[in-house]
Amino acid sequence: MIKQLKYYLTLIMGLVFTQFAQAEEIEMADAMRANGKIYVVVAVIAIIFVAIVVYLISLDRKASKLEKELKEHSES
Amino acid sequence: MGQIKDYWWKVLGVALVFYAIVAGLLTDVPKLPILNETIRNLYYHVTMWFAMMILMTGSVVYSVKYLMGFNIDFDRKARITAGIGILFGLVGITTGSVWAQFTWGAFWVNDPKLNGAAITLLIYLAYIILRNSLDEEQKRARLAAVYNIFAYVLLVVFLMILPRMTDSLHPGNGGNPAFSSYDLDNDMRKVFYPAIIGWTLIGVWMGQIRYRFENIEKKLHADD
Repeated sequence: MIKQLKYYLTLIMGLVFTQFAQAEEIEMADAMRANGKIYVVVAVIAIIFVAIVVYLISLDRKASKLEKELKEHSES
Repeated sequence: MGQIKDYWWKVLGVALVFYAIVAGLLTDVPKLPILNETIRNLYYHVTMWFAMMILMTGSVVYSVKYLMGFNIDFDRKARITAGIGILFGLVGITTGSVWAQFTWGAFWVNDPKLNGAAITLLIYLAYIILRNSLDEEQKRARLAAVYNIFAYVLLVVFLMILPRMTDSLHPGNGGNPAFSSYDLDNDMRKVFYPAIIGWTLIGVWMGQIRYRFENIEKKLHADD
């Protein structure tokens, strides 16, 4: 009797724990991280951002240049 | 090159956004249902809205400054800052829509938080339309400044107050997992806050470039 009870208890506990384990398994992009390919994505996005920043800098310098020219023009 | 005291904040903005892009993809994040890996959108999508709100705050400050002395330059600054804010808002709503398609199965759902965001953007688009429909400079500036104050109040209501009072599907509302004090751990804050500051600074930089070009344009026309 006690042996049987123990058996069922273990079975139920086992079932409950596997359920919990499954619920906690939330899928993440671990494979992408594991094989290192995520760095390729980071590199690509970083390059795009750098390109946009370089363009912003060039616009900023253009504005400075035009401001200077206007100033010289109005002084002369 | 100018003086470092003039452009240090641009360097800071670029550095912070660069850090947020890299760290946002590589650092560990909490594993939460529904969100999964998209919890990283906190660093990108949510950041757009926060930067937008900071820029709109700047815009309304310029509008109030205009009303205090009727200096037309403040009106121009208010318009340009609001324009950058609208750009960030449009990016925010588009990125949110992409996420919704892959999470809820639809690009748009009828949800208080989403509708509030859409209404806010429409209110600011109306600000631009209102400006464009008036020709007389000072009159336009006064009307637009007063409207901008109303728009800002509505932004606070629609983006911050109403979504908190109702249930919403959006992460962080109605018990959905997201960026609450329970879920948003301190490691995420280390990327999230720099991202907000960085994008806001880049927004200000973009606005400054536009303002300077408009100044040049103005001077050229004054010579005619």
